[in-house]
Amino acid sequence: MQAFTTLSGQAIPFGAANIDTDVIIPARYLKTITRAGLGKGAFAALRENPDNVFDQNAGAPILIAGHNFGCGSSREHAPWALADLGIRVVISPGFADIFAGNAFKNGLLLVTLPQAAVDRLLEVAREGQPITIDLENQVVTTPFQDRFEFPMDPFRKHCLVNGLDEIGLTMGMGDAIAAHEARLAAEQPWIAGAAG
Amino acid sequence: MPTLVDKIWDHHRAATTPGGADLIAIDRIFLHERTGAAALKSMAAAGRRVRDPARVFVGMDHIVDTRPGRSDQTLMPGGQGFISETRAAAKAAGLTIFDVSDPDQGIVHVISPELGIVLPGCTLVAPDSHTCTQGAFGALAWGIGSSEAEHAMVTGTLRLTRPKTMRIRLDGRLAAGVTAKDLALALLARFGAGGGAGHAVEYTGAAVAAMDMEARQTLCNMATEFSAFTGIIAPDEAAYAALAGRRYAPAAFDAPWWQSLHSDADAHFDAELALDAGQVAPMVSWGTSPEHSIAIDAALPAGPARAHDYIGLAAGTPIAGTPIDVAFIGSCTNSRLSDLRRAAALLKGRRIAPGIKKALVVPGSSAVKREAEAEGLHAVFQAAGFEWRESGCSLCFYAGGEGFPPGSRTISSTNRNFEGRQGPGIRTHIASPETVVASALAGVIADPRQIA
Repeated sequence: MQAFTTLSGQAIPFGAANIDTDVIIPARYLKTITRAGLGKGAFAALRENPDNVFDQNAGAPILIAGHNFGCGSSREHAPWALADLGIRVVISPGFADIFAGNAFKNGLLLVTLPQAAVDRLLEVAREGQPITIDLENQVVTTPFQDRFEFPMDPFRKHCLVNGLDEIGLTMGMGDAIAAHEARLAAEQPWIAGAAG
Repeated sequence: MPTLVDKIWDHHRAATTPGGADLIAIDRIFLHERTGAAALKSMAAAGRRVRDPARVFVGMDHIVDTRPGRSDQTLMPGGQGFISETRAAAKAAGLTIFDVSDPDQGIVHVISPELGIVLPGCTLVAPDSHTCTQGAFGALAWGIGSSEAEHAMVTGTLRLTRPKTMRIRLDGRLAAGVTAKDLALALLARFGAGGGAGHAVEYTGAAVAAMDMEARQTLCNMATEFSAFTGIIAPDEAAYAALAGRRYAPAAFDAPWWQSLHSDADAHFDAELALDAGQVAPMVSWGTSPEHSIAIDAALPAGPARAHDYIGLAAGTPIAGTPIDVAFIGSCTNSRLSDLRRAAALLKGRRIAPGIKKALVVPGSSAVKREAEAEGLHAVFQAAGFEWRESGCSLCFYAGGEGFPPGSRTISSTNRNFEGRQGPGIRTHIASPETVVASALAGVIADPRQIA
């Protein structure tokens, strides 16, 4: 996984609330068994309008969205499609849980900020000015001296900053898992005995 | 002191990671053909394998054809590749497959309790957001993504931060003609589509206790529309009776563990909501979010302009009387035997309106289909003008298969009315099976209480 420390770049001033995963990547684009190439379907319905912020800011690595971004279907194609568009960070007042888990596992940084801060960043992005995300210090800054600190799960930060793969990390805890499974197998034989 | 969710969580915590997340043991994993191949191939490509194949089950539901006499061919272009690749990868990994032609085939959330795969107090995950449906049996069951499915299969665990807990009290008694589906939509209308964000929601109260297991599944099904981590209902005798002796379940639920599966009387919840079930009317969605739902006898409120534009209905328009093109009964929300029985009881001896271009019933599982046919329900649907299909997810979402011209309006017993959910430009109104039937008979959105 690609490590993430600091990123500066143009942001897409989107801002809409309750954007569901059907909007991020409509089901009709989910025809591949692999992950690449989904960017062309990302936000397809919104991009039918020639004046859309996505094509106006093609290649921008940051997306600014409204609250409850990523609600709806659990499809992991949503972060894959965003990544294929070149987006590495999404900033919003809040994210849907499943989407947030999927985003993290694919190295997409989600930054949660209060609505007022998000509104300010939308203004900055609309002016075509860059936004900087410093993950190590958990702060978003702009050329206008704006400075917004954001919360971050320490484990997710550790993995993102170091580009670590979560499955490999957990496999390193195999002894603890085996001990737990042995206890459950004794106490609750109906779980392990599933296919019996 | 602990809530039901806390008890299941603590019981399944194998370790706490250095990062502070809990490593939660996963008892059951379901895959389906839409994303199963991707997860299994990615796992194999990394040189990893499934830790305990006996705990991983694979269903074929999302894109399978539902027309009679089906094969691996799908209406979705290229869909058969998803089926054949998932089958091959699952076989190579030694997983249990409920294949397209298997008598146990069906929507994974419907077949899981039929086979006793979900159990009270277990942890169950699947790469499908409606996995919360299975919380109706007192399991901690939730939807995950492909990478998490890979993690769960390889390690038998997931890394998680404990969700906050919410209790929703549903007291009172549902009126005649009002169902668990209407209650789910009423909660969304009242508290918003983000109302449960970050919380595991436990549904309690007299209205819940009075529900049969199928109604409870309908209620829990839409916890994901409420943005909740999951929904759960404490298991009672009805839950144990529904599962005892099923293929993968114990013959009896008599160990002390089963009796402990409830929130303690003084349990602390991070949030509490309540709704009087007795005040709920049949509900129907009017817009493009499930929170855009109103009573069937109400007029549209003023919502987001884009929602009004998409749905083609202005604020102030009564929702009843809106002409419809398509009627659909199915999905993991409302496709079980009791749903089909109630729908058929209203349809019996009647005929859908001539303006309806398509009316479909898609049973939730092949077992539901067989049981319905044994009762003659299929004949009632067919005589009324509904097509009777094989089991699958079908029209609940659009995968490039069965479609209608843009602007077509559906009344649908499904769970999502997002833009394009059922196809480009399709206008979806979600409602109970009863309301779907009443509307199909009238040709316009109609109140099921007005059918004698």
